[in-house]
Amino acid sequence: MSQRIFITGIGIISGIGNNVDETLQSIKLKKSGVTDIKYLETIHKGTIPVSEVKLSEDELIELAGLDKNEPFTRSTLIGIIAADEAVKSAKIDDMKEYKTGLISGTTVGGMDKSELFYRDLLETNNHIEYIETHDCGDSTERIADYIGVKDFVSTTSTACSSAANSMILGARMIKNGLLDRVVAGGIESLTKYHMNGFNTLMILDKEPCKPFDENRQGLNLGEGAAFLVLESEELVKKTGKKVLAELKGYGNSCEAFHQTASTPEGKGAYMAMKEALERSGLKPEQIDYVNAHGTGTDNNDLSEGRAIDKLFDNNPPKVSSTKAYTGHTTSAAGGVEAVLSVLAIQHNMIFPNLNFKDQMKELSFKPVTELLKNVKVDHVLSNSFGFGGNNSALIFSRY
Amino acid sequence: MEVYIKGIGNISPQNTADSSIFLDEVVGHDTDFISCIEPNYKEFVNPIQLRRMSKLIKMGISASKICLSDAGIENPGAIITGTGLGLVGDTEKFLNQVIDNNEEFLAPTAFIQSTHNTISGQVAIALKCFNYNNTYSHRGFSFESALLDGMLLIKDKDAENVLVGGFDEITKEHHSIIRKTRWVKNETIKSLELLNHKTQGTIVGESVAFFSLTGKKDENTYAKIKDIKTIYKPENKKEIEAKIDQFLTENALTKEDIDLVVLGLNGNVDTDDVYYHLADNYFNTNYAYFKHLSGDYHTVGSFALWFAANTIKHQKVPEVARFRKENFTEKPIKNVLVYNHFREVDHSIFLLTQ
Repeated sequence: MSQRIFITGIGIISGIGNNVDETLQSIKLKKSGVTDIKYLETIHKGTIPVSEVKLSEDELIELAGLDKNEPFTRSTLIGIIAADEAVKSAKIDDMKEYKTGLISGTTVGGMDKSELFYRDLLETNNHIEYIETHDCGDSTERIADYIGVKDFVSTTSTACSSAANSMILGARMIKNGLLDRVVAGGIESLTKYHMNGFNTLMILDKEPCKPFDENRQGLNLGEGAAFLVLESEELVKKTGKKVLAELKGYGNSCEAFHQTASTPEGKGAYMAMKEALERSGLKPEQIDYVNAHGTGTDNNDLSEGRAIDKLFDNNPPKVSSTKAYTGHTTSAAGGVEAVLSVLAIQHNMIFPNLNFKDQMKELSFKPVTELLKNVKVDHVLSNSFGFGGNNSALIFSRY
Repeated sequence: MEVYIKGIGNISPQNTADSSIFLDEVVGHDTDFISCIEPNYKEFVNPIQLRRMSKLIKMGISASKICLSDAGIENPGAIITGTGLGLVGDTEKFLNQVIDNNEEFLAPTAFIQSTHNTISGQVAIALKCFNYNNTYSHRGFSFESALLDGMLLIKDKDAENVLVGGFDEITKEHHSIIRKTRWVKNETIKSLELLNHKTQGTIVGESVAFFSLTGKKDENTYAKIKDIKTIYKPENKKEIEAKIDQFLTENALTKEDIDLVVLGLNGNVDTDDVYYHLADNYFNTNYAYFKHLSGDYHTVGSFALWFAANTIKHQKVPEVARFRKENFTEKPIKNVLVYNHFREVDHSIFLLTQ
């Protein structure tokens, strides 16, 4: 019944690499994916920097070996690439051998194509094959079909905590014996729709973002996809498969404060982290690294920072946000950062919070600014907070 | 995974907002798509807030309040919603602004309200509910995933009671787009005659339905949800039958124990075949259908659950909803099975008992 949840595979694509190896390489070289816009057609090219996956859609289709004539959205393409890497990394040859689910998170869904063809869809019969790629479920089903998952498919949509919530449902379904393993994570491609949405909220930095800096100016958007293969303890024992890390705790709470802002004291962030800690059975001092949500906005970093200070009694472990590397990949962020957390444990490393200069006066801590190698990383706390007050936290542990 | 339905708040194209009645009067719709009968929102939301809210948010807050008051619960242990397309009206508004104004001079309100988790977030704000909160958006599994999540929370004792909702809206603009697919009828029909139109496509509807679920039975419960199952892309009818067999066996029942089967017939000549097959060749009991009352949409499962729960609570199948009427026999309604599919891809089964 109360099965432990093991991670046996990871896959990722983002602005800092098209797979796990490239991602790790960029992290080590302190190479950010945030640059001028190249692929998204928008008037903000040259003024608002973002972290795009550095491939055109034709290149993505080729990389995934897909049919050019099928209607694929950019989200689906990067989702397929990351999910396929995760499945291969978990050495799953026969998807039908055990009860397997796919739970993906997305909020923008197929908007990249909808916004491109919207006038056509309204006024003509051109591009109508993209009517059915608009909703959030389309990408999940195409990914499921590509990797061969049939037993369960679902899609979470809680804005920037979507991928974290996918992993939480996946873990709970395994614990209850409904599934043996779950491919869980999230995807999001850049769109004019949400870039302009964030821009109207005046939370986009025109320069590379500076999470947890006193003079932070906002976030950089990013795109990406990341999936983890979660397996039951029982299945791992049976197959003797290599375990990369354990998903030891999770927490989900709602701040119920404002649709797009969090309380200055970070009530929701605190509740989610505290629940994750309680479930993991760990004490705060056992956490070695907090991979923060750390978007670089005034509001997030203040409330999250205060919540971290409260949870760790003003003596937090190493903290960093990796958003200055990958940009804020919104619905994918929880997956991207889960993969990075697993890499931190695997490689005994803690990643730098790029672009940081001045400590926030409200906080007791500065984030890590250099790559720390050969350090003890047994337990990582990873945060994902979204619009609507949807806050989630995950704890990854060495196995 | 058993849970009890303690309260329901359903705003739909029928007079469902009043929880005490069950299709006493039926509303036919003769329009291109079927819209909800909206309640007097002032009963549920203060007028100042009301002005800022889009239609779906008003319906969402109202339905959640109707549900909790029906259940006698002030603050739920979790809020979970499912939606196929989210807040379509707000999405269209912001998308049109972005395109028409070439990404300039934009107002944030429609964008803020257009994320799929807006309803679960707004309901949480209205109730000051800090507990578990989640939203699913996966076609015909949107509401089903939310329901599964809620049932697991109760089973795992993470929550004593949960508020689970499904919502979707249809707008004129969105209808003009999806009418171009083979899933929506080209002709305008009388909704109550849905099954007489043996043409391609269905009629699109909308609803917002919330359910208060608990682990404990009391005198006010509508029905018990014994189990649910989702089936993704079954190969053929044989696989669907096998999955239903397995599902019933897991719940220690046989198909002879089912007193009523609620079918998701939607009038699409291309995809209704499986429902006729199950009624004529697999089950041998009473049948009901409901999409001539609600229209079809991603979260129509929530309307189906409302319908099924009420057949048990009121011990009746309203005349208008009977399918294969000629063979209908009066009998107590103890076990009800709901079978629905979304475009033959996402199939779901609910099992309810008295």
